[in-house]
Amino acid sequence: MQFMLLFSRQGKLRLQKWYVPLSDKEKKKITRELVQTVLARKPKMCSFLEWRDLKIVYKRYASLYFCCAIEDQDNELITLEIIHRYVELLDKYFGSVCELDIIFNFEKAYFILDEFLLGGEAQETSKKNVLKAIEQADLLQENFSSQSPHNCLSTP
Amino acid sequence: MPAVSKGDGMRGLAVFISDIRNCKSKEAEIKRINKELANIRSKFKGDKALDGYSKKKYVCKLLFIFLLGHDIDFGHMEAVNLLSSNKYTEKQIGYLFISVLVNSNSELIRLINNAIKNDLSSRNPTFMCLALHCIANVGSREMAEAFAGEIPRILVAGDTMDSVKQSAALCLLRLYKTSPDLVLMGEWTSRVVHLLNDQHMGVVTAAISLITCLSQKNPDEFKTCVSLAVSRLSRIVSSASTDLQDYTYYFVPAPWLSCKLLRLLQCYPPPEDGAVKGRLVECLETILNKAQEPPKSKKVQHSNAKNAILFEAISLIIHYDSEPNLLVRACNQLGQFLQHRETNLRYLALESMCTLASSEFSHEAVKTHIETVINALKTERDVSVRQRAADLLYAMCDRSNAKQIVAEMLSYLETADYSIREEMVLKVAILAEKYAVDYSWYVDTILNLIRIAGDYVSEEVWYRVIQIVINRDDVQGYAAKTVFEALQAPACHENMVKVGGYILGEFGNLIAGDPRSSPLVQFNLLHSKFHLCSVPTRALLLSAYIKFINLFPETKSTIQEVLRSDSQIRNSDVELQQRAVEYLKLSSIASTDVLATVLEEMPPFPERESSILAKLKKKKGPGAVSVNELEEGKREGGELNGGGERGGDSSAIASTPSPSADLLGLRAGPPVTAAAPSAGSLLVDVFSEAGVNDDGFLRFVCKNNGVLFENQLLQIGIKSEYRQNLGRMYLFYGNKTSVQFVTFTTTVTCPGELQSHILHIHTWNSLEPLIEGGAQVQQVINIECLTDFSDAPLLNIKFRYGGALQNLTLKLPVTINKFFQPTEMASHDFFQRWKQLSLPQQEAQKIFKANHAMDTEVLKAKLLGLGMALLENVDPNPENFVCAGVIQTKAQQVGSLLRLEGEGEKQVFSLPYYPQSFNRKNCTLAVSLEHSL
Repeated sequence: MQFMLLFSRQGKLRLQKWYVPLSDKEKKKITRELVQTVLARKPKMCSFLEWRDLKIVYKRYASLYFCCAIEDQDNELITLEIIHRYVELLDKYFGSVCELDIIFNFEKAYFILDEFLLGGEAQETSKKNVLKAIEQADLLQENFSSQSPHNCLSTP
Repeated sequence: MPAVSKGDGMRGLAVFISDIRNCKSKEAEIKRINKELANIRSKFKGDKALDGYSKKKYVCKLLFIFLLGHDIDFGHMEAVNLLSSNKYTEKQIGYLFISVLVNSNSELIRLINNAIKNDLSSRNPTFMCLALHCIANVGSREMAEAFAGEIPRILVAGDTMDSVKQSAALCLLRLYKTSPDLVLMGEWTSRVVHLLNDQHMGVVTAAISLITCLSQKNPDEFKTCVSLAVSRLSRIVSSASTDLQDYTYYFVPAPWLSCKLLRLLQCYPPPEDGAVKGRLVECLETILNKAQEPPKSKKVQHSNAKNAILFEAISLIIHYDSEPNLLVRACNQLGQFLQHRETNLRYLALESMCTLASSEFSHEAVKTHIETVINALKTERDVSVRQRAADLLYAMCDRSNAKQIVAEMLSYLETADYSIREEMVLKVAILAEKYAVDYSWYVDTILNLIRIAGDYVSEEVWYRVIQIVINRDDVQGYAAKTVFEALQAPACHENMVKVGGYILGEFGNLIAGDPRSSPLVQFNLLHSKFHLCSVPTRALLLSAYIKFINLFPETKSTIQEVLRSDSQIRNSDVELQQRAVEYLKLSSIASTDVLATVLEEMPPFPERESSILAKLKKKKGPGAVSVNELEEGKREGGELNGGGERGGDSSAIASTPSPSADLLGLRAGPPVTAAAPSAGSLLVDVFSEAGVNDDGFLRFVCKNNGVLFENQLLQIGIKSEYRQNLGRMYLFYGNKTSVQFVTFTTTVTCPGELQSHILHIHTWNSLEPLIEGGAQVQQVINIECLTDFSDAPLLNIKFRYGGALQNLTLKLPVTINKFFQPTEMASHDFFQRWKQLSLPQQEAQKIFKANHAMDTEVLKAKLLGLGMALLENVDPNPENFVCAGVIQTKAQQVGSLLRLEGEGEKQVFSLPYYPQSFNRKNCTLAVSLEHSL
């Protein structure tokens, strides 16, 4: 996967994750173009489209569009389910996730994504394992004991 | 589950985000942001040392501002400080900031790397993961330099936690993608491959992405992964839906891992080990069977996951292209999806079938779906789906259905979306040419194209129709009649006027007998369009007029009057004015004989592969503007580099600055000026043939060493060796004179398609620009055959000898047969395979007279020189020779069989190949062999 974008129906970018090196200018250009292209599509249309030399896979959840750019060899359907799994992860973590959760806790959305996908590839597809990692981190936030990081993991 | 606003609860951040959301206008937002930036800046600069929490909060605010799309030019240092905080949450925000806002500020990178190093050696898995995530997110070269050695060790160490292994594997993958030279697996290779056996599914899922990428680059080193992948796949496929616990997704066991395993297998040919292959075929069959089972859930996630695996399995089956049974089953399955109610599945089925269409085993099966596909083209509501349908029609087209498909595409073109029209036009033009049995159909089709979508008919397309009409005298009369009729339409496209002007100028005489299309009628018809046309078209028409004067003396006075009119002879456009003046003079001064010579019919164009095809290959699809531009640019650059092959003619083009179609070629001898309007690829097609010396070329079809070229000055010798898809060629340049050659330069170019990766040529050493009298210098060229090709690379040599510039272009004797690997097989095998290859596109037969008396030993030597294995005692007739070999290209391996039947002096030559794409090439080969025998 080359990048993932989350944006609202109004075209506001809510999350961006780039797995290939691009300049900020290019990123902005790509985002602008893609948001426009995807928003212009009608509801019943298919979730895939060719764009430049990439394949775009997108899906809308309530007011948010999740949009991934994959390469020619990559599998469209499994990418669609990557999006869904990510939504499930957000949902489970935030409890009925909504756009506002992602706006106000954008850093959490990034952390969850990093546990799930790394370098554009699925790192851990088990929902339990991903959430366990995030929960552990949350526990660390609360019960951190500064002297010995080793012990933290053993605290429940 | 933790409640969300909790954790450390950065209240200040939440307030700030609320403020931004409450801004009524962009200006208000910017104002609020600037206020915040000023605040943060003052905090960072302030005398009072900030505590970790505040630092984290401000860094997080900066990140938020950046993600809103504003520039951030400070705060990096504070973020780096957070990295070394021993509070997890501060460290985490620090890393996030760095990951999102990397800046190749070298001082910072050093500090960041230090922090990462500390965390990697902390032995705290959570910290290690954070550090690995950061490396994977940034993936810069500096990081690769610092950590590429360390991460493989972490990945394979026995005591590394699973989660760290997962991060390490993908981190390494990212570094390998950015700096492959720095990531060396070496001794770790086998342990990395064995991660496929890991108990933890998450580890396998992560590691396999790395292994796939490494396998693509070093297939041999990683080939043990094939059997491991097959057994892993087999275990997943046969597991019950609950076996894999949390790795089962909507009743589908480990869909991501399954897809990745199938993807990995596509890096390799089918397993050689019978047991492994059997097991794999079983898996593929199970996957196909499951597609027929009733769904275990109505949820779309269930069917998506299941079908994702199915499509990946079909890709593998197509990749192997060796199991007819599986291929046909795959095709049937896709056939079902073509009518599925899910748009996504219809889209993917069309896409996947496109590749199936090129397999000999399934081509026919794909063709049975033609009506469904045509229907999709007509009725799909989504343009991306229609695009796929058009692609598939193009792929499934062959002689049997070309007329139907072309007609459907033409009628679709009338309503097609603007974004895909140009590509559609090219496709129709190619199909019409490729499968034209009678050329009148071809002419009709192209004229229809211009009528329906004139704006999208590029120069290549209309040049091509003219080329073909000029080269085929059986269609010239028909073409003249048809364009004449087409021009009668009250509004016709300018491209039609161009084609009409050109063709009537050349062949108008063929229809002049009919009073309805008498010379004057033809002229008046053309001239009635003149005023509506652009300058280049008018220039072309003027040339057509002078041709008329030659063809039909009775039109002379009328045309001279037109040329003499102020609007021509005093035209403000220099090109038009010049033509009018020159043509007028020419027509009044030159005698009929001279006129007839100067204005003679165009000589045939050299037969070359369609440049339209090359153009289509360059096109990536709709919306790909920037990519196209890039490629356009590259291509033009490449042509300039290859400019030497145009010889002196290139100046003729340069001296015609106005974009005028010089119909007559008055300025430069060769007919090529007809194509002068732009440096389109056609020009190159024509030019590259001119001035190329290929005398020596054919002699090298069956041998690798010898003298390629010799004249009074220079001798060029060749020694070459080939192994699999690689070759190395030594060129020896000998100065036969006693005088120095100075500014001696050589360039190797791959014209046309060759350039686009078909043949990769790399010049090993550069030459000294000086060759002493009597001396010899050597040059080495490395060659890599990426996929099949038919043209040969060109070697251009320039030097000065006694002040005179010598310029020479030779074809380098690199032919597809150089990449043959001989294959031994028994008589039974041979004839069984021979019979399987019965489709027209799989064989080429050529009957020719041998150039030399046929001596058995000489023949044998030649055939061996061709590179195939000469099979003795296979053909019952001792007069016949049979050979077998495999052509090794990087993209594929192509088995081929050859049979040479002696019949007195006559030789029948058969050379079947497996894939269709080789069709044209085996003819080329047959011809070369014919010459060399």
